[in-house]
Amino acid sequence: MRLFDIKRFAIHDGPGIRTTLFMKGCPLHCVWCHNPEGISYEPTRLFTASKCIHCGAHETEGVEACPTLALQEAGKDWTLEDILRTVEKERLVMEESGGGVTLCGGEPLMHPDALLEVLQALGERRFHRTVDTTLCAPWSVVERVMPHAELFMVDVKHMDSVLHKEYTGVGNELILDNIRRFAAIEGRPQLWLRIPLIDGVNADDVNLEATAAFIASLPSRPEQVNLLPYHDVGKAKHARMGSQYNPKNYTMNVPSEELLAHAGDVFNHYGITTIIGG
Amino acid sequence: MKFPLTCPANEGGMNERVRRLRQESIDTPTTLTIERALIETAFYKENYGKMPNCILRARNFYEICKKKTIYIGDGELIVGERGPKPKAVPTFPELTCHSVEDLHTLNSRELQPYYISEEDIRTYEREVIPYWQGRTQRERIFSHVSKEWEEAYHAGVFTEFMEQRAGGHTAMDGKMYRSGLLDLKKRIAERIASLDYINDPLATDKEQELEAMSISCDAAILFAERHADLAEKMAAEEKDEQRRAELLKIADVCRWVPAHAPRDLQEAIQMYWFVHLGTVTELNGWDCMNPGHIDQHLWPFYEKGLKDGTMTREKAKELISCFWIKFNNQPAPPKVGVTALESGTYNDFTNINIGGIDREGRNAVNELSYVILEVQEELHELQPGLSVHVAKVTPDDFVLAAAKVIRQGHGYPSLFNPDAYTKELMRQGKSREDANEGGCSGCIEVGAFGKEAYILTGYLNTPKILEITLNNGLDPVSGKKLGLETGDPRTFKTYDELYEAYHKQMLYFVNMKLAVNNYIERMFSLYAPATFLSLFIDDCIEKGQDYYSGGARYNTTYIQCTGLGTITDCLSTLKTHVFGSGRYTMDELLQAVAKNWEGEEKMRQYIINHTPFFGNDNDEADAIAVKVYDDLVDAIEGHPNTRGGKTQLNMLSTTCHNYFGSVCGASVNGRMARFAISDGTSPAHGADTQGPTSVVKSLGKLDQTKSGGTLLNVRFVPDMMKGEEDLKKLGSLIRTYFTLGGHHIQFNVVDTATLHDAQQHPERYRDLLVRVAGYSDYFNDMTPQLQNEIIARTENEAF
Repeated sequence: MRLFDIKRFAIHDGPGIRTTLFMKGCPLHCVWCHNPEGISYEPTRLFTASKCIHCGAHETEGVEACPTLALQEAGKDWTLEDILRTVEKERLVMEESGGGVTLCGGEPLMHPDALLEVLQALGERRFHRTVDTTLCAPWSVVERVMPHAELFMVDVKHMDSVLHKEYTGVGNELILDNIRRFAAIEGRPQLWLRIPLIDGVNADDVNLEATAAFIASLPSRPEQVNLLPYHDVGKAKHARMGSQYNPKNYTMNVPSEELLAHAGDVFNHYGITTIIGG
Repeated sequence: MKFPLTCPANEGGMNERVRRLRQESIDTPTTLTIERALIETAFYKENYGKMPNCILRARNFYEICKKKTIYIGDGELIVGERGPKPKAVPTFPELTCHSVEDLHTLNSRELQPYYISEEDIRTYEREVIPYWQGRTQRERIFSHVSKEWEEAYHAGVFTEFMEQRAGGHTAMDGKMYRSGLLDLKKRIAERIASLDYINDPLATDKEQELEAMSISCDAAILFAERHADLAEKMAAEEKDEQRRAELLKIADVCRWVPAHAPRDLQEAIQMYWFVHLGTVTELNGWDCMNPGHIDQHLWPFYEKGLKDGTMTREKAKELISCFWIKFNNQPAPPKVGVTALESGTYNDFTNINIGGIDREGRNAVNELSYVILEVQEELHELQPGLSVHVAKVTPDDFVLAAAKVIRQGHGYPSLFNPDAYTKELMRQGKSREDANEGGCSGCIEVGAFGKEAYILTGYLNTPKILEITLNNGLDPVSGKKLGLETGDPRTFKTYDELYEAYHKQMLYFVNMKLAVNNYIERMFSLYAPATFLSLFIDDCIEKGQDYYSGGARYNTTYIQCTGLGTITDCLSTLKTHVFGSGRYTMDELLQAVAKNWEGEEKMRQYIINHTPFFGNDNDEADAIAVKVYDDLVDAIEGHPNTRGGKTQLNMLSTTCHNYFGSVCGASVNGRMARFAISDGTSPAHGADTQGPTSVVKSLGKLDQTKSGGTLLNVRFVPDMMKGEEDLKKLGSLIRTYFTLGGHHIQFNVVDTATLHDAQQHPERYRDLLVRVAGYSDYFNDMTPQLQNEIIARTENEAF
């Protein structure tokens, strides 16, 4: 499995204290993405200029020899054994906190065979499994993965497919359809829907209403709906990748407290309770 | 969201009285009082040599109780001060007699000044100083020690606790709430009557000690009576009816306790407070005095009051608040020289225990535990410190309530694990019940409350010992030959050879320290028996022996080891890059540290970022830490002390890791010269990069039951603890560490920006308390070096 990071003590990636595996590669490229180094499947170089002492070590000895870690390569192939060894290290705190393992990305469903191997092994070891996904994958893949996770966390980014394509590179038809089909399955895993709330992109009343209406219309209610206030951590990542953040200069603002409260009200109106952050 | 650090959310919880007393306590400057020294010096001049030393000490205590100024503040409900007024600290010339120069320094130094008038300094010079020349404990110590000891001491290889303060460290059990001093006097008389002068050759010694204890009872009763007299006098002049009634109640209380066992909550608190004042007036033992499991001790009085309608939750909270302010009124005795560097703070380390387990091992959390948490949160003073004890049987609710107070960012409560420390105590030979009744005092030190004299003797600077090893016995900072010639490390072929050299060096310094410890213990037994404290520590009365002479049921002598993280990382660096990959030669590394890494930033950065360090759940690094720790235990543990007990190790540093860092050159793990070494058993600064679970996993690999306490500092930014869910996760982290056998964990919840701002604008952060190492201190009262060290501690940012 190709990962660009493993995060221990992740406390915002599902219930409890978790270890999050970040899988390389994503079919979307959201403008606001805070892990842009996860989009490409190929290893991605990250460079932090402020740390560089201009020693030139990487030129002669390779990236691994960079003394300050100013230069790093995101994207390494992990064996199942190494993944399990790392995850096992956190077992106790996961059990104490009701946590587990989260697979996110990138897009985990892009590599279903690798994903299933890890999920099955985790299941045998009785870890709680969360898949953090866009659901932008053929339904057959979703269907295969579903029985091997206890929780799916799925983003609803925009209800207008044209705008969805504008901001993320893909339309929303497949995603919304998958969410609907997922919600219809008897005995399905838990479903948490997460709306990255970005002032200027998807926080207008039209889209909020449409999102709430969509969730309200699902064949079963998601167990949790989160409003995730946008922040621009992706900016620093792009700088490290040497790429430009938000090259088309879309208006993207951190939602104000009022806007968050208002968005909550809109969902409430549809009988949907939201959690800010999470 | 930012959590307000200058104005706690529930300040409204304090009533007008408490708010005012608290403000007065905070605003009152710390002063030195020469009253105690004057009374004592006059008494010694007249009486020294005319009676056994234990009687002399008891009568000296009586004299102070009889003559010292009595203070009852406006609005106070709990009364009594160590000095003539709040925050006036007495001196103890019998231990260390401050010179005129010392007094001027204390009066004028920027950090932790103790103000004293020119007139008082002149009086001290005339009346006090001449008499004590050549008669102080400090002189007895320094005139005895070898040149080697003294050089190692001045170079900062170790410190010596008892050169300015008495051997300390104990906490109370519940016996004072069941029997008053008159009951104790009766027991003492019976004990004297039963002495066998024919078959017990020490019977006369015992009689004298018991007689001294009896005099100490009289002294404390007299001290209380004098408060009753003053309260009555003030009541007679008081216009306000409510205050008059309060003063009359105070008089009534002081007539009853400590002579008799308390009858209600106010008497119970006042009982403790008189005992507290007695012990800190008699001597200035390290870590002050400690009521121990106060929620358990006060509970029966609270419960009774609720039942008979004389007590309410609000009333109890007010009394406890007044009690808490009393602790803050007693800054630590002034220290000078090395001792001030190792522990420079007004905090006197009273560390009150709540929660945890009772003598039978059952969950001991009660309503007062919650009340005390509220009081601590509302008052957030420098003193007292508070620790919450989290056993398997402790309810999650209580842990959550504690986490909410932690979130306020005042640095307390710290958290302790009874399931671990009862094992530590039993391993040292305590009974299960006595261990259950034990707890932690001072910073993190474990003890059998009310039954043990556990005396800390000084810190050991383990990174310094490695530095000396790497220089073949020479200390590169002082330029002196302090250690053994264990060989030029450049000639070492294997890591084991290097470790063996360190091990020899470590044994050499530990033994040097141990040898002198026993001598100092005897000096306290002979010249400074604690005849009042002995009343409250089992089995001093039964044995007819003093606290300092083996009277306690359990007697432990500790050496505190510091810098585990730093020395582990240094050894790991050498193992990985010199003996392992061969990337660097020993000579290259030694040259780099000799010039404080100048021109070697590439090497330094590579080491910092490419070496397995302690605190990352890395088995290679952690195995080194375990080996270093186990070898320290083997070296220190089990030597007989002079009191029938044994030596033990514990792992704490207070602020000593800063002092110890300041005497060390650069170290091979990338640490710059003079920078702090790691504190307690925490990872070195910035060494832990894998999150807090990795830290607790690494520490969990040490068999902490072999210590008398370890210390783990974790800093969280407030953002990490926003909601109740986050607090629950914090609770899980605590439980995880404790399941792994952790002894103690504490959290500093502040962000770097706040701390930088506090450095720039100290005036805005007058009440910014941060956790240092086993206690909290005002950020403003710290040296810039210690402030920077706090800022440098790894932040665990929310992901």
